[in-house]
Amino acid sequence: MPHEVDQSFVALPLRALADAALARARALGVEHADFRLERVRSASWRLRDARPAGASDVTDLGYAVRVVHGGAWGFAAGVDLTMDAAAKVAAQAVAMAKLSAKVIAAAAAHGGGSADAGGRVELADEPVHADRTWVSSYEVNPFDVPDGEKTGLLAEWSARLLAAEGVSHVDASLMTVQENKFYADTAGTSTTQQRVRLHPTLTAVSVDPAGDFDSMRTLAPPVGRGWEYLTGDTWDWAGELAAIPGLLAEKMRAPSVRAGRYDLVVDPSNLWLTIHESVGHATELDRALGYEAAYAGTSFATFDRLGTLKYGSAHMNVTGDRTAEHGLATVGFDDEGVAGQSWDLVRDGVLVGYQLDRRIARLTGFDRSNGCAYADSPGHVPVQRMANVSLQPAPDGPSTEELIGSVYDGIYVVGDRSWSIDMQRYNFQFTGQRFFRIEHGKLAGQLRDVAYQATTTDFWGSMAAVGGPQTYVLGGAFNCGKAQPGQVAAVSHGCPSALFRDVSILNTTQEAGR
Amino acid sequence: MSSSARSAATTPHEIVERALELSRADGCVVIADEESSANLRWAANALTTNGVTRGRTLTVIATVDGAQGTASGAVSRSAVTAEELEPLVRAAEAAARAAGPAEDARPLVAGGVPSADFTAPPAETSSDVFTAFAPALGEAFGTAAAGGRELYGFAHHYVTSTYLGSSTGLRLRHDQPSGTLEVNAKSPDLTRSAWAGRSTRDFADVDPLVLDAELAQRLAWAERKVELPAGRYETLLPPTAVADLLIYQLWSSGARDAAEGRTVFSRAGGGTRIGEKVAPLPLTLRSDPAEPGLEAAPFVIAHASGDDTSVFDNGLPLGPVDWVREGTLNQLLTSRHSAELTGVPLAPMVDNLVLDAGGTRSLEEMVAGTERGLLLTCLWYIREVDPATLLLTGLTRDGVYLVEGGEVTGAANNFRFNESPLDLMGRATEAGRTERTLPREWGDYFTRAATPALRIPDFNMSSVSQGV
Repeated sequence: MPHEVDQSFVALPLRALADAALARARALGVEHADFRLERVRSASWRLRDARPAGASDVTDLGYAVRVVHGGAWGFAAGVDLTMDAAAKVAAQAVAMAKLSAKVIAAAAAHGGGSADAGGRVELADEPVHADRTWVSSYEVNPFDVPDGEKTGLLAEWSARLLAAEGVSHVDASLMTVQENKFYADTAGTSTTQQRVRLHPTLTAVSVDPAGDFDSMRTLAPPVGRGWEYLTGDTWDWAGELAAIPGLLAEKMRAPSVRAGRYDLVVDPSNLWLTIHESVGHATELDRALGYEAAYAGTSFATFDRLGTLKYGSAHMNVTGDRTAEHGLATVGFDDEGVAGQSWDLVRDGVLVGYQLDRRIARLTGFDRSNGCAYADSPGHVPVQRMANVSLQPAPDGPSTEELIGSVYDGIYVVGDRSWSIDMQRYNFQFTGQRFFRIEHGKLAGQLRDVAYQATTTDFWGSMAAVGGPQTYVLGGAFNCGKAQPGQVAAVSHGCPSALFRDVSILNTTQEAGR
Repeated sequence: MSSSARSAATTPHEIVERALELSRADGCVVIADEESSANLRWAANALTTNGVTRGRTLTVIATVDGAQGTASGAVSRSAVTAEELEPLVRAAEAAARAAGPAEDARPLVAGGVPSADFTAPPAETSSDVFTAFAPALGEAFGTAAAGGRELYGFAHHYVTSTYLGSSTGLRLRHDQPSGTLEVNAKSPDLTRSAWAGRSTRDFADVDPLVLDAELAQRLAWAERKVELPAGRYETLLPPTAVADLLIYQLWSSGARDAAEGRTVFSRAGGGTRIGEKVAPLPLTLRSDPAEPGLEAAPFVIAHASGDDTSVFDNGLPLGPVDWVREGTLNQLLTSRHSAELTGVPLAPMVDNLVLDAGGTRSLEEMVAGTERGLLLTCLWYIREVDPATLLLTGLTRDGVYLVEGGEVTGAANNFRFNESPLDLMGRATEAGRTERTLPREWGDYFTRAATPALRIPDFNMSSVSQGV
């Protein structure tokens, strides 16, 4: 059943503050101004060996005014919910735009600089969306569930794991977020939205008398759902909790991998993160143009290669999507008032699209932004952030078992753990939760100390098959970082199981010089 | 105080006092964080975004005694008005009642001398902090453009004034200014890249023109390209890279996890590795809230409990601590709770880190003393691969220079590394002069560090990275 926007948010003086800020901005001669009031409540609970080990409940409430004045950006944020204060923040934003102008002038006086790295700031057109409301899809708002019920469930699950032989410790955590946003701009768009998301994890740790230890975490991804995710049948919690102790015990006894090249069948619980790092970030056009160069980096998928870059094999079809139900990056409208959309990024292995905001869209000649502007708090400026970027399954594709059956000598990779990729998104290294040896098309027990390392286009070029829709899982993360000042965003990535041929496998113990 | 005066509580210390008055719990800690920031960001010799912010976050930690022990509840909200104070206090109390007994419960900290400036207005920053810097930055853009360089970067200044009060009488206040300047220079074709960063308290001691000149030299070094394969190389790790690796080590040095056998600091068979020699060089890794130029909060500020952090420790005085002393592991992170649990002395986190081995040579002098090796600029995307060895992976970035015969002779490709900072301390053959540095990877969270460059005879460059 669709929910309404939290009435305690709607009751805030949203429009009055927006009107005050936008009126002041107009009076100061802006070309564009937008006002965004947010209330983000983030609560988390941690349990250690089934006992409470810390909790927090943080609500961030405030608003921001962003302007284009004299062809330059200006931004300011405040917290006092009065009309005078909102107007003052708007004036501060204009002052920041004027400060930009001083720097531009100083640069010009010394022979360099321009109004912006790509010229004057202009925004791509977007239809006006007046008085629109959007609420994400969930059944039970986790903030309506008593805290004791939440920690009680985590404690009960922890106790189940602790009772199993070989489990020395259990860490449990639950993160929940309710995000409310009101947006209004000088073009006439105004939107009010509410999103709910949560992420439960349980990690079992085994420590043997010799001092060896390892861990195994649940694979359940973070989701844009409500409390029903933990109590309903969306995820088989009972089955996973029952399986972990045995899997962990087997992992503790597993042989260390022999470094070399193997065929990999990568489970969606691991592949989502590889997609995030090597496709999601690489197809952010602001990165490709250099706007993140000093921090997160640039991208090998440069704008001049749009339509020609062979990103991967012909099995590779990747979409950007702001509309997927339960997606962590799913919105009705982004933080520039652009409606949620779905589009192709990679089609038949070729780069065909980018993620855009209005500024980047206009700068590069796109007719319209595809809605990728996002700020993680009222104190931060919207930046181009990732949509749900997902690898599409083959319509009649194989099962995971069939993919494994097609491998003579390989490894089945399950669950994410360590991840790292270079600043142009070429060289990456990932580990996982569980690695199963594949021999003659059959699983032959677990391996330890495994990491796979590749270059993005080599890896995706080696993708020999993708699974069917029955293997598709929407994974994701709460904590994607980007921009300066740093911001975090939640994002989902759907994918099927997939087969990759001849990938480099490292032994991490050997890498450590042991 | 009259009811009208109460409702008019608007200053941080008044809000703290009023929240404490409203508390019906057995114990209460109130933390008011007043935050302000200003930033400039640029790409390709031109500003892209900038901003100023103001914010206030109020955290109320309620403690409730019960037959089974004491529970705690921590609730934080920004932009709290006088009318919203009581609901916030009640929410913290409700959270405590729902939580059940807290394992880390200890008597709230009491005593101590109130901060003399507890009732003073918060410190703050604004765009004024860039009054001199902004024109200089514009000049640097012009100089760079004229010299065929593109500058990318970020200047950030933020000030947090923390007011901490408790039902046990604490009235403490700390002002923390933090500033970072990062400049990345690239050739117009983006095939050469160099980076420099500084941490600063007030932007009075940083000059973008000086950084641009430093970067111009590095880009010139990169005009000669050398393709090198993966392998183990003698490597000079500059201070920023050393800081990034050791900050991760510090974050991983909780006593409780170590005592439970699940970190690199665990002793096989039980206990921790405290007392074990970890470095042949006389390396001392330490933190001190009074470290000149790197001053940090001199008391515990804990908005939530963690493995070795406890809300019950709020206000606990912090002093100097040697994590590693003269090459021997000396201390791990503890709260009062985890200290009692593990037998490791009390040592909560301090927000700075210094590595010192008594070295006197500058990085340039270390280069001059290198027959053949690599000089790194900084590390990036550092993540933990294996907690058992504290194996970290990551990449070199913005300049790997080949040193031959005591001189830089060109720039090599970037690499992915796999290394453990603890192992690196054990394999370092030289430590240079300790100097203040900005950690590149963790500069978003940790800006106060001073480290020397380290010479590693066999740094593990696991594979080549094409990224520039």
